[in-house]
Amino acid sequence: MRPVIPYVVAAVLFGIGGFGVLRRRNAILLLMAVELMLNAVNLILVTASVTVHSMLAAAGAAGYTGQVFVLFIIVIAAAEVGVGLAIVLQLYRLRASAEVDTVPLAEPEAEVLAR
Amino acid sequence: MTVTDVLLLGLGAVAIGAGLLVVTTAHLVRAGLYLVVCLGSLAGMFLVLTAELVAWVQVLIYVGAVVVLLLFAVMLTRAPIGASADLDRPGWPGLLIGGGAGLGLAALFVDAYRWTAVELPDAGTAARVGGEVFGSWVLPFEVLSILLLAALIGAIVVSRPDVGAHH
Repeated sequence: MRPVIPYVVAAVLFGIGGFGVLRRRNAILLLMAVELMLNAVNLILVTASVTVHSMLAAAGAAGYTGQVFVLFIIVIAAAEVGVGLAIVLQLYRLRASAEVDTVPLAEPEAEVLAR
Repeated sequence: MTVTDVLLLGLGAVAIGAGLLVVTTAHLVRAGLYLVVCLGSLAGMFLVLTAELVAWVQVLIYVGAVVVLLLFAVMLTRAPIGASADLDRPGWPGLLIGGGAGLGLAALFVDAYRWTAVELPDAGTAARVGGEVFGSWVLPFEVLSILLLAALIGAIVVSRPDVGAHH
């Protein structure tokens, strides 16, 4: 197995995710691009786990640490999407649009509470 | 080129193609469905790389839960069914930074691993990875459960209109 193939795929996917985060205006599409970036990192961790494992095995140690980290990242990503979508829906309820570049950063208090 | 390499190349090409479509398509719902294809082929790559438990967790949580949640949000924000023209900003900053990061990292990896070939280890089955989780990583695992609880409560508090409102 040549580790260069999954490594390059992961690097390109990370670039695509970064491109999507900067290009998309819709908050949900933005979250999808963030998922792409997270998955690229997962692929790098799994590949590194496999690559280093075969070198560790020669020394008599067994480690699946990379894969454990991937599990942790998947759980954190699930939590992130839950909270993120709650915020997006609240934004939509307040402003009737989910576009991130029309959100005013300094919001007068009275306008937020009008419902 | 072994069978593993060919499988990785094919699945990687599918993942990259679907990923490109996720960030360029003008249909909100289609972006979610392309994300399923991309995450599914990544799960296939995990399987080929012998990370068995991770692959199934990826299918269960990402394809099963995260994408469904994203599609729910698409529906709840009353996204239009057809193509929408106003989804994108001007592309050149994203192209510059995304392309720079992607190609730069790819060049680094190619430089470091060009001729390396490794033997695939024993599969990361549930027993082996579980042994590792409950051997070396018990404390982070427990902290993670608290994080999930906090995210759950946070999502409920954020989405309830009557919490924190001034009447």
